[in-house]
Amino acid sequence: MAKHFWQDIPKGMKLYYVLLAGWLVTTAMHIPDGYLSPVTCAVMLALVLPFWVRGVMKLRQKLNAKTAPLVALLAAFSFVLMMFNVPIPGGTTAHAVGGALIAIILGPDIACIAISIALLIQALFFGDGGILSFSANSFNMAVVLPYVSYAIYHAITKNSALTSKRRLWAGGLGAWAGLTTASFFAAVEFGIQPALFHTANGTPLYAPYPLSVSIPAMVIPHALIASVVEALVTAAVVAYLQRANLPALQLSQTEQAPAEVGGLARLRPLWIILIVLIVLSPIGLLAPGTAWGEWGTEQFVGLGMKFIPTGLAKLSDLWSAPLPGYDLPQSGNANLGYILSAAVGIVVIAIVVWLFSLLVTTGKKLPDKVVIQQEK
Amino acid sequence: MQSSFVERTLEDINHTLEQSLFAEHIARQKGLLQGFNPRAKLIAALFFLIAVGSARQLWILAVVFAAALVGVILSEISLFTFIKRVCLLVLVFTSLLALPALFITPGPAMWTLPGGIVITQTGANSAAFLLLRVTTSISLATLLILTTPWNDVLKALGVLHLPDVIVLILAMTYRYIHLLLHEANDMFTARKSRLLRRLPRSEERDLLGATGGVLLSKSLQLSGEVYLAMQSRGYHHYPRTLDQFEWHWWDTSVLIFSLLVMVGVFIFA
Repeated sequence: MAKHFWQDIPKGMKLYYVLLAGWLVTTAMHIPDGYLSPVTCAVMLALVLPFWVRGVMKLRQKLNAKTAPLVALLAAFSFVLMMFNVPIPGGTTAHAVGGALIAIILGPDIACIAISIALLIQALFFGDGGILSFSANSFNMAVVLPYVSYAIYHAITKNSALTSKRRLWAGGLGAWAGLTTASFFAAVEFGIQPALFHTANGTPLYAPYPLSVSIPAMVIPHALIASVVEALVTAAVVAYLQRANLPALQLSQTEQAPAEVGGLARLRPLWIILIVLIVLSPIGLLAPGTAWGEWGTEQFVGLGMKFIPTGLAKLSDLWSAPLPGYDLPQSGNANLGYILSAAVGIVVIAIVVWLFSLLVTTGKKLPDKVVIQQEK
Repeated sequence: MQSSFVERTLEDINHTLEQSLFAEHIARQKGLLQGFNPRAKLIAALFFLIAVGSARQLWILAVVFAAALVGVILSEISLFTFIKRVCLLVLVFTSLLALPALFITPGPAMWTLPGGIVITQTGANSAAFLLLRVTTSISLATLLILTTPWNDVLKALGVLHLPDVIVLILAMTYRYIHLLLHEANDMFTARKSRLLRRLPRSEERDLLGATGGVLLSKSLQLSGEVYLAMQSRGYHHYPRTLDQFEWHWWDTSVLIFSLLVMVGVFIFA
């Protein structure tokens, strides 16, 4: 589809697209208001909320008032780092996010809070990124970026010395992969807009480009430029810290409690089964007819009924599902729609259950006020 | 000579500092919107933003945008400065992004440019939606910030049930952003004053890494000092804020009005 799309573009426009793609790299990660529908922003809020709760819980668990100024200063640092113009090959400069670096130093949970705070200040105060779309921006840059970066950095540097060269590579690679993945998520958020939200005659109401355009337009330039910049900055600062401030590289290990075994990891076999089931969900399309009892009003007539009860006819329009028939409108791909619907459903349910369990257990575990602890 | 990354970074830092000083200055002037309770303003702004986000008619967006401009004039903000600030944010990015939508959105042809490039009706509509929606949203957010001092915005965030620890961190972050910006400014100015020519790229990157690293080390050291300062002033691990906001009848009215606008847009959509 993408190839077909490229052939359709008039020649003069191709140059424009290349320039546009280059431009996207520098600003597109801060999505302004108006690009995403409020519904998308609400879904992103549901996705990012558990990570914020986790981060705040981590902050409170440390029972150490020192963490508040530490996180504040690093959030401020991440804000200032976003101002740095990084020289890149080709004679131009680009900006870095610094998310990977903060994750390496603070660990991903607290980095999520620090970056979210920097993003909130940017959105509220400098108009960089929207207020409603703050949830989407936080998910991309304060969740995906630090968690992916940290996972890679942690996996590569597990047993290496603090001064080893491997840490530079690990930091750079983590940062590159983190930002590229984040740009992919941003592209998906952009790309689902025209299919889900349009007027009756097909005019897109928000970001107008479908997934086939938004994914290559965001991911390719990010992978080639912005993520490389992020990798360079991360590696350069890690190199400096190795020379001048080794304890900073150990901060996330010394400050954090040992990782608990269990939780999501203990349920791994269940998760695998769930994913297999999601992927297999389109099998249902092979079956003829509709599930018994799940008839729509028009199917009643097909079943031999002479009329539709007036109450049923009235109520049938009361609620229209966001993904009617488990399909994306205009996607033209029933299987994809099915898989996406299954994934969205499971994510929403998992979040609701998780939030509920949090509500039930939080009151028992956490003190309302932070307990005063004597400093040594 | 092409400006080096040092100069560009300096430019960006100074621009940010200037912008925030400018905003605080306006927020302390006497005007219509400055007189509202920050809590009412924040919630009303959120309602308006949701209304703008949900609108499915162009005229609704245009009306809200016009209303925002009236708010600008009544709040004694220079209309020119406001439009310049909003346009800078919108035109630079969104207009570039909206332009191709004119041509590639499938739909009936509206206008054919020389060279056989066709502008479609749906494309033009969709570009108009995007531009107007983004402009109106940014105008509302800018209006909120220009008429409310930052400390009041922070306190008002408490209405949204943000944990205290987050409000504390937000306040400190904002305070120290300024300090670190000055710090970075000093470091880059010091370096620039010792440079005779442009450095090779690799040296520029080393310089950048070192500057970032020094700034990080300073931040870490500063966080320790801030903690000691907090303790010496009697900080008891639990943040407290002074609430001086007064709630008037006009705060209630703006809240009800914004709610009605939001509900109205939902019904129209």
